[in-house]
Amino acid sequence: MTEAATLINPYPEALTDVEMRYCPGCTHGTAHRLVAEVIDELGVKDRTIAVATVGCSVYAYEYFNTDAVQAAHGRGPAVATGIKRVHPDSVVFTYQGDGDLASIGMGEVVHAAARGENFTIIFINNAVFGMTQGQMAPTTLVGQKTTTSPRGRTTAEAGWPIRVCELLNTLEGPGFIAREALTTPPRIRSAKKSIRRAFETQLAGEGFALVELLSTCSAWWGMTPVEAVYHIEDVMIEHYPLQTFRDRLAEAGRSEGDGNA
Amino acid sequence: MSEERRRAFISGNEATAEGGIAGGCRHFFGYPITPQNKIPEYMSEHLPLIGGVYLQAESEVAAINMVYGASAAGARVMTTSSSPGIALMQEGLSYMLGAELPAVLVNMVRGGPGLGNIAVAQSDYWLATRGAGHGDGRCITLTPYSVQELHDFTARAFEIADRYQNITMVLADAILASMMEPCELIPRREMDPPDRPYAVGPHDSAERERNIVNSLWVDFDVMEAVNLRNEERYARAAAEITDWDEFGSDDPQILLCAYGISARICESAVMRAEEAGVRMRLLRPKTVFPFPTQPIREWAERVDAVLVVELSMGQFVEDVRLAVEGRCPVDLLGRAGGNMPSVTDVVNRVREVATKAGVSVG
Repeated sequence: MTEAATLINPYPEALTDVEMRYCPGCTHGTAHRLVAEVIDELGVKDRTIAVATVGCSVYAYEYFNTDAVQAAHGRGPAVATGIKRVHPDSVVFTYQGDGDLASIGMGEVVHAAARGENFTIIFINNAVFGMTQGQMAPTTLVGQKTTTSPRGRTTAEAGWPIRVCELLNTLEGPGFIAREALTTPPRIRSAKKSIRRAFETQLAGEGFALVELLSTCSAWWGMTPVEAVYHIEDVMIEHYPLQTFRDRLAEAGRSEGDGNA
Repeated sequence: MSEERRRAFISGNEATAEGGIAGGCRHFFGYPITPQNKIPEYMSEHLPLIGGVYLQAESEVAAINMVYGASAAGARVMTTSSSPGIALMQEGLSYMLGAELPAVLVNMVRGGPGLGNIAVAQSDYWLATRGAGHGDGRCITLTPYSVQELHDFTARAFEIADRYQNITMVLADAILASMMEPCELIPRREMDPPDRPYAVGPHDSAERERNIVNSLWVDFDVMEAVNLRNEERYARAAAEITDWDEFGSDDPQILLCAYGISARICESAVMRAEEAGVRMRLLRPKTVFPFPTQPIREWAERVDAVLVVELSMGQFVEDVRLAVEGRCPVDLLGRAGGNMPSVTDVVNRVREVATKAGVSVG
């Protein structure tokens, strides 16, 4: 960067300057950037530990410019528990897709939430297994075609999609739970606020925090990137309502920014 | 260890837990399973009082992944379980071997396969020495045969795990876990944190690069290099820590090979050598990975036959046969399901094996 240029939105320090492997039109890049901006704004990069999981974001440790641990499929919350119990002063987050978190890792996430483990989960819900090439996920909508539900998901064969936020909201442990969508600029700004809140909740010691981000997978939805954004707006949000389900900092009368390091 | 030791009359489980604390364990993650429940109970009582962390995981799968995270974060960490639980941990163990992380694992083996029972068995020998999980990685495996050794080996396992940056397993069984014996306890002491420059944690980025703990290596050569490093560790361990004990005749006709609780029975059998009319010697491995191949091979040159006694249908015997390499006959006395051979059973089988090998039995 030249001295003369002043960027309004400089490249986040908490992101490495490498080419990402994500498909064109995928919103993983947006999610990464939002998380990195929040880490920078809170000034916690050197005490942040990212837990990468299994799925398209398996290489997240290459992209987040922080200490990182790569976890087995679904086990991110258990690995994060181990890290956080050793370093309570660290800032730990897992980055998990819907296959990782809501299918193979459902046990780990529910118990981490129930224990009120003091870390943050960024949960990418694109209703499909992306990395393994488009199979049905536990979040796949009824009727949605995937490579393992070629005629569309039927409830007779595969039951109903899981709403993770609503499920976790039955527990006392979480300090923050919200669902956002990475579609339009206002929604992306809202998503960043929730991600920040999720980290502030951790910094304030208010327990488990999870942000679900409705995300596109144009490659395996068989859509253009623009069609995929409309698919979230027109179809997914109806099943996965955008909402802040829990905000313990707000309940305690603490406004935004109070959780700063 | 030369420090003043306090003498206690305790169970194997308690000796194991206190051995972990003496070895520097301050983080324990586990899930209840019989016959080792006294270990997590002990840890939940003691660790919080000395600034440590005890956490009951929701499953063995979660427990081993908490261990993975804690080890990556630089902690001396331990989990304990029994056979079905150890089976569930295989995935996490493989990831730890791929990420080259140290930790201590204890298996109080019970009867199997399946839900099996909660009685004594040695049928996880392959699970211990051929594991862990998928891929080429192995657990360094220690085999105590008394409450004292459970204590000492568990303490030492932490030093071994860090020295070789490898999972170190203490392989025992339901009887050793439950039985009570006098045990001289290693004093607890404050220890410096282990030297793990690769560990993640709060740091000053001006002072070090960021650390990444990972077991994903898509590049063929990088993946092979991990395996070569592990093989180099195992070769070093074979040279440095292979351990065994011997007992009995200096001019034996029959060599008994047994580890753990089976070695206790064989010791008594060796004491009845005169009555049996056969000169016997017991060789009992205290490590089974690395395996004491060389001493078994040397005795195989001199004895008429080897008798292996183990509480399985024949797992440990395979390593003995690999060591003997046909130098003399190798026979197996194996029991399963919680059944054990009596001392008389062993003595009788020694006489049979000796007769078959052409020894004139007195």
